[in-house]
Amino acid sequence: MEAPDRLDVRIHGRGGQGTVTLAALLVEAAADDGWQALGFPSFGTERTGAPVAAFVRLSRSPIRDRGEVRAPGVVLVQDPTLVGAVDVLQGMTADGLVLLNAAHIPARISASRVRTLEVTELALTHIGSAKTSTAMLGFFAGATGVVSIDAVCRAIARRFTGEVAFKNEALARAAFSAAAERAAA
Amino acid sequence: MKVMEGAEAIADAVRAAGPKVVSAYPITPQTHIVEALSQAVADGRLDAEFITVESEHSAASVVLGAAATGVRTFTATSSQGLLYMAEVVLNIAGMRLPVVMTVANRALSSPLSIWNDHQDSMTLRDSGWIQLFAQTAQEAHDLHLVAYRIAEDPRVLLPVMVCVDGFVLTHAFEPVEPVSDEAVSRYLPPLSLPFVLDPARPATFGAYADPTVYTEARFAIEAAQRRSAQVLSQALGEFAALTGREYSPDFDRYRLDDADVVMVAMGTAAQTAQVAVDEMRDEGVAAGLVAIRRFRPFPAAELVAALGNASRIVVFDRSVSLGSGGIVAGELRSALYGRLLPQIVGVVAGLGGRDVSVETLTQAFRAERDGWIDLRPDLEEIAP
Amino acid sequence: MRPLTPGLVVEAGSSVDNHTGAWRTERPRFLSVACNGCDLCAVYCPEGVVFKAAPKRYDFDPDFCKGCGICVEECPVDDIVMEAEIR
Repeated sequence: MEAPDRLDVRIHGRGGQGTVTLAALLVEAAADDGWQALGFPSFGTERTGAPVAAFVRLSRSPIRDRGEVRAPGVVLVQDPTLVGAVDVLQGMTADGLVLLNAAHIPARISASRVRTLEVTELALTHIGSAKTSTAMLGFFAGATGVVSIDAVCRAIARRFTGEVAFKNEALARAAFSAAAERAAA
Repeated sequence: MKVMEGAEAIADAVRAAGPKVVSAYPITPQTHIVEALSQAVADGRLDAEFITVESEHSAASVVLGAAATGVRTFTATSSQGLLYMAEVVLNIAGMRLPVVMTVANRALSSPLSIWNDHQDSMTLRDSGWIQLFAQTAQEAHDLHLVAYRIAEDPRVLLPVMVCVDGFVLTHAFEPVEPVSDEAVSRYLPPLSLPFVLDPARPATFGAYADPTVYTEARFAIEAAQRRSAQVLSQALGEFAALTGREYSPDFDRYRLDDADVVMVAMGTAAQTAQVAVDEMRDEGVAAGLVAIRRFRPFPAAELVAALGNASRIVVFDRSVSLGSGGIVAGELRSALYGRLLPQIVGVVAGLGGRDVSVETLTQAFRAERDGWIDLRPDLEEIAP
Repeated sequence: MRPLTPGLVVEAGSSVDNHTGAWRTERPRFLSVACNGCDLCAVYCPEGVVFKAAPKRYDFDPDFCKGCGICVEECPVDDIVMEAEIR
C-alpha cells in the first residue's frame, strides 16, 4: 500500500475484545511515527459481546474533522463472526482494504479487498488469551506499512507493563511478519 | 507529548492543580474523569479527599462546603446530574466560591439519551458560573488550569464550568502536551480567600437577604462576571508565556477577515466547521468561523467588533430554548441588535449525539432561514 | 414514514426483536446429572432465558443468552458448565 497523506480507519469488534484499546494503540503508534492522529469509539452503550466500532484518522496535516469516519480506507475486523452481522464494507473507498481476523475469506465479501490472518491463534500462542488488539495492530502495520512495527512496539510498551508488554510486543511482531510476508507474496 | 483520552487529559490537569477535595457521582460520559482522579488519590499522586456521595446534589454540596473552608475543589458531571445539582450550582455562584467543574456535555431527558449536545450546560447558563467551551483534548487540559486561575482571582471569585463534548472529546484519543507539575505550581498560586469557614472565626455563608440587599448582592455577581473577561484575558496571556499555547479569551477567528458568511459554533463541532469553511471557500463563498470559547460572560462587544463585515451569520446550535429557538442564536441577535444588521440564521443540529459531519455544517452554511437542519424526513410525530 | 408517537411512547417488548445471542463467546451446557430442580439458574438469569424443560432438567434460549455464566455461578450442585461457542 502506498503511504497516503491521510488515512481514515474503521475498526469492528465485539465489546471486550479491545476495540477501543486498538484505536488508542494505533493513535499512539502513528503519533510516534510523526502522523497527526485522532481516535475515538463509535459512542454508545458498550456491552460485552455486542458489536462495537471505533475510528482512527491519520493525517500529515492537523486533523479538524471530528465527525464519524464514513469512507474508511482501511477496515479492521477483529472477529470473523462480524462479517454478516454488520456491513464491514460500508462506505469503504474504492481502493480500500479490509484486514480480517479469520482463516479464510468469507464468501460474502469480495476477495480482492480482503486480507486475512488468523490473529486469534497467534494471540492464543503468544499471550494465552483471545485479546486481539496488539496482534491486529501488527497485522495493520505489516499489511499497510502505514506505521512501523517499532512504533507499534513502543506504543505497546507505553500502554502495558512488564511481562504483558513483552508478550504483546512479540505477538505484534509475529502478526507483522506474517502480514508483511503475505503482502509481499 | 502523550497520547491521552480526553477525560485523562482533563483529570491530569486537575490533578496537577492539586484540589484538596474532589467529590462526584458517576454519570456517563463524565465518569472517566473522576475515575482517573480517584485512582490518583489512591496511588498517592494527588493529596486530596475523594468524597464519594449518593447523588450529584450531594457532590455539589460537598464541594460547596469544602470550598467555603478555603481549599481548592473539583467536581464533574453531565446531563441529568447537572440538573440534579442545579440548586447547589446557583448557591456556589451566589456564595462566590471558586469551584471548578467539568461538564461532559450530554443531552437531557426525555427521551433518554447518553449522547452529546449542549443542552445541559446551556440550561444553567444563567447560574452565575463562568462557562468555557473546549474544542480539543489539549484545550480541555489547558482550560482547566486557566479555570482555577480566574475562579480564584480576587477580582472574580466565581465558579467556572469547563464544558467539553461528551464522548466526542472525553472519549477520543489524541496527542496532548501536558503542562508540567512544576509549571502548574508557578501558574496557580496557593488559594487564599477573603472569607473562609473557620471555627475560630465563625461566619455565615448563604445568608438570608431581605429586599434591601438582595439586588445588590446579585448585581455584584453580574459585575464580577463582567470583570472576569479581562482577568481571563490576562490569565491566558500568562498561560501562553508559560506554555507557548495561545488561546483567544473570547472566541477563535478562522478565515474571518474577509468573510461574508460567518458561522458561529462551540465545542468540537467548531473544529469540524473549519473544514466546512474551507469547502465553502473552494466553492467561492467567502466563509468564515467564530468558535466561541467564553460563553459566560458572553462576548457581546467582541462579537460586534468581529462581525462587522458579515452580511450573513449562521449560528450552529446544539441546544434549544424550546419554543424560542437555538440558544446561541438568540444571544447573538440580542448582542448585535441595533449595532449590526446582518441576516442571522439560527440552525439547530447535532442533538442527542447525532453526528456532526462536514456535510452537516456545509448544509448549515447554506441554510436560508431558522430551522432544525438534520431532521430525518422519514420520522415525524403523528397527530396526537 | 415511521411515525413518532407523542413522547416517543413505544410498544412494549421490542427487545424480542434484538437477538442478543450473537454477543455470546461462551454458552452454558446443562449437564442434567446432579440437577435437583431448584430453579436458581432460571431465577438468577438476568435475561430470563433459562427455563425448566423437565423436573430436573433446564435449558436456555440460544437466541437471547448472552453467555454471562451467572447460571453456572449460582448452581448449588455444579451441574452447569460454560463451553466455547460454536458458530
